[in-house]
Amino acid sequence: MTECPSVLPFGNLTTEFHPQVGGKCASLGVMIQAGLPVPPGFAITTHAFAEAGEASGLMPRISELLAQTDITDSAALKAAAAQAREMVTSWKLLDEHQNLLDQNYAELCELVGIPDVPVAVRSSATSEDSPDASFAGEHDTYLWVCGIDNVRQKVRECWASLFTERAIVYRAEMGYPHDEVDMAVAVQKMVKPRSAGVAFTLDPTNGDRSGICIDAAWGFGEGVVSGDVTPDNFLVDKVMWSINRRTISPKTHAHLLVASDNGAHPTVGRVELPAEQVHAPSLTDEEIVAVARLARTAEKHYGSPQDIEWAVDEDLPPGENVVLLQARPETVWSKKHHAVSGKKDPMASIVDTLVNPLSAKKGAATG
Amino acid sequence: MADRFPSPFEIEAPDGADGWQELYSYSAVFSRERRDYEDGGFWFHDGVHWPEALTPWDAGVFEVAIASLGQYNTRHYLVPPAYGVDLRILNGYAYLSPVPAPEGDIESRVPHFMERAGYYFANWDRLYADWLVKVRALVQQMSELDFSPLPEMEDMDVITSGAGRGSGDRLLSTYHRLLDHVVTLWQHHFEFLNLGYAAYLDFFGFCKAAFPSIPDLAIAKMVAGVDVDLFKPDDHLKSLARLAVSSGIDDRFNGGSPDEVWAKLGTDEAGQAWIAEWDKAAEPWFNFSTGSGFYHSDKIWIQNVEVPLGYITDYIVKVKEGVDLNRPVKELHAERDRVASEYRELLDSDDDRETFDGKLGLSRTVFPYVENHNFYVEHWAHSVIWRKMRELGDVLKDAGFIAETDDVFMFRRSELVDVLFDLYAGWAVGAPSRGPGLWPQQIERRHAIHNTLKGWSAPPALGVPPEVVTEPFTVMLWGITSDSVSAWLNTGSDSDDGSLSGFAASPGLVEGPARVIFSADQISEIEDGEILVAPLTAPSWAPVFGKIKATVTDVGGMMSHAAIVCREYGLPAVTGTAFGTKNITTGQLIRVDGNTGTVTILEG
Repeated sequence: MTECPSVLPFGNLTTEFHPQVGGKCASLGVMIQAGLPVPPGFAITTHAFAEAGEASGLMPRISELLAQTDITDSAALKAAAAQAREMVTSWKLLDEHQNLLDQNYAELCELVGIPDVPVAVRSSATSEDSPDASFAGEHDTYLWVCGIDNVRQKVRECWASLFTERAIVYRAEMGYPHDEVDMAVAVQKMVKPRSAGVAFTLDPTNGDRSGICIDAAWGFGEGVVSGDVTPDNFLVDKVMWSINRRTISPKTHAHLLVASDNGAHPTVGRVELPAEQVHAPSLTDEEIVAVARLARTAEKHYGSPQDIEWAVDEDLPPGENVVLLQARPETVWSKKHHAVSGKKDPMASIVDTLVNPLSAKKGAATG
Repeated sequence: MADRFPSPFEIEAPDGADGWQELYSYSAVFSRERRDYEDGGFWFHDGVHWPEALTPWDAGVFEVAIASLGQYNTRHYLVPPAYGVDLRILNGYAYLSPVPAPEGDIESRVPHFMERAGYYFANWDRLYADWLVKVRALVQQMSELDFSPLPEMEDMDVITSGAGRGSGDRLLSTYHRLLDHVVTLWQHHFEFLNLGYAAYLDFFGFCKAAFPSIPDLAIAKMVAGVDVDLFKPDDHLKSLARLAVSSGIDDRFNGGSPDEVWAKLGTDEAGQAWIAEWDKAAEPWFNFSTGSGFYHSDKIWIQNVEVPLGYITDYIVKVKEGVDLNRPVKELHAERDRVASEYRELLDSDDDRETFDGKLGLSRTVFPYVENHNFYVEHWAHSVIWRKMRELGDVLKDAGFIAETDDVFMFRRSELVDVLFDLYAGWAVGAPSRGPGLWPQQIERRHAIHNTLKGWSAPPALGVPPEVVTEPFTVMLWGITSDSVSAWLNTGSDSDDGSLSGFAASPGLVEGPARVIFSADQISEIEDGEILVAPLTAPSWAPVFGKIKATVTDVGGMMSHAAIVCREYGLPAVTGTAFGTKNITTGQLIRVDGNTGTVTILEG
């Protein structure tokens, strides 16, 4: 087995490294390996965490601190947890690991052509540590982190999130020793969507499995999901990759980034669009097909019809700018049967075709 | 929007064409005897096959062809809902009207249809192999027809053999035989065609039920053949171009007349070998019309050698530039299989997949006929018919009945029987025939009428449109749908922004300058990178498809010959726009979207 590096771009996250990168990063790796582009970024493996912890020499003290704490006493727990987190936050990455982190962040900035590119820094707990998926979500996520100093800081804060009160209690209840915890961190570019939306790998109007139905609007996909923006709609054929239907809706509003006054990170707000954007299609033909291909790849990868969220990231180069944000199984039509129940006897079927011609039959198939 | 088209009885003859009815069969024109029936029907102009005003003799072939179509529906296979297609000629133009079977007869026709059509489907390959033999034998018989002039005196062996009949008998009966062969040819033409379309439509309907949004093009792609006879003429041109380059004789193809080129080729072995290859390809493949094949005036390659020679000269340039002229046959096969297997995969159940396999299999069995018959009948056999008629024309010209050989086509089919008898009787008796004093002026007058008719613009439809167009052959063959009918009713264009819509016949999206041409004679005007806009295209225009970026036609559906060839050559095409040549002018920048079937005029 190759020795696990301390920092790994998502694109290099092959299966052998999954135990060292946590559930979050592993699933990003799986998606990229499956040809499903996610926003670019890299993982800081448990290897970096473990060596930083060891170098700090603080791990025994943390164990001791927690062993002495009565976790049913909430005040004591709170104090101990805060103290533990403070200790972890003071850890330093080994120089070689830090160089690698700096280098990966610099490369990400270079890829998108933005110095101090905003990233999300997310904890990616290892599966040994948190078999319960819901628990993994309890660890911290930091959005709009800009600049290498902040990235380093947030990585340590992610590590420290192993010692929230809830995490401590959870481990205690599950019988996991505190000194065997492990933590990887995902650093991922914040998506800056020029356009975004959802896509179904079937036509939700009739269940046609040969169609990919795309809803698209300017900016973030929130408006498409919540319905406060009327999206453009496209239907793409899965086999021919032709755009069989296109409806360009008047998109008077969009969810866009709004800078905040107090220097905090920007937020997403619903704003009115200039006239020239209202009636313009929010995707080019190439992008429509790229979104459809992405959705189809997800469907093939997961083996069932999918409902995906996607974005066209304006910071990424054309051809690589369509990214997958989320994929989940489609649940309405995929459970229905869409059998054609055509007459199998060829002559009877031909008679049927002739006597009840096409125009009367169009769309006659039911779920 | 109007709710009906003009009555055929409201349409007036263009100025100078009064009496045009005399050029056509009495039964083929609108008349007061059948006015109730004719006025209540829906008649559409068949611009797919007969886009221009017909000459009298060509009109006779039109009548034979359409009668044979009907005969198979009505009397042979008893297609349950459909009788034949009725025809009329108005101001020289071909109009058709599908005739439904009486509602009450449909059910009783079903078992007959199942038995009869079922027999053909079950024995298709054998019957089609027989068909090829039959049709080749028929073409051979036509080629052997002897229209040599009447001799001053009969040969001695007529006497010594005790033949008891002479050249006059031969001339009269040869013309009768030619007419009979035309009928037989068209009997053969429709022996399989309607059934082929029925099987295809059945698969089509299944695909539409399974995948409501599936593009028509995808269905065509799953069924269409790759090694199609219709492409062979063009393939041979390319081989001949390659041979010229590889044998180092390409410098002899530099725009000289065919005679000059042949003279240069004849001087050495390499050139002679090339001529031998040409001769091999030419029979039968260069019996290829530059038009639909339905007009005697369509140029046939083998008789207008400058046409294929021009294409070969163009191809030689491409070969020397290193362009790969081969059709990507392997890729086309692979693509066809990919498309079919991916849709099959998307079906809901194994049951559906089994049905899909059966229908696709039958469609692929019947489709070679649908694709190939056109070469044998409209191109090859017709070119022999026109050739033989010209031999007859020479006889009449020598006898002073007509001024030019091609004037023979200004007689009606049946009229020529009387004309030939006049010629024969004069010859037999040794006294003047009436014809030479009568016909030259009559023919001149007919030419004037026909020329006037050629300038007339035929309305796309007449009479009362059906609520929905459902008749499968009308949709399939002529591309006439409820949408196109309502677009015609809506006048010039079918959308507010002046864009045109038609069938998305071949995918792709391009922009470029338009080149509007109305006949094969204008083909040489087409320049590299232009978008061809024409009433329709003929398969023999294939060589220009290397120059153009896309094709727009006024008429035709997904299965029109134009659509088939465009798909094969990977060019975007929108067919059946109805008003393409009217609304677009040469030089305008247009956008052709072969994915959605829309054509937009961008500027100019």
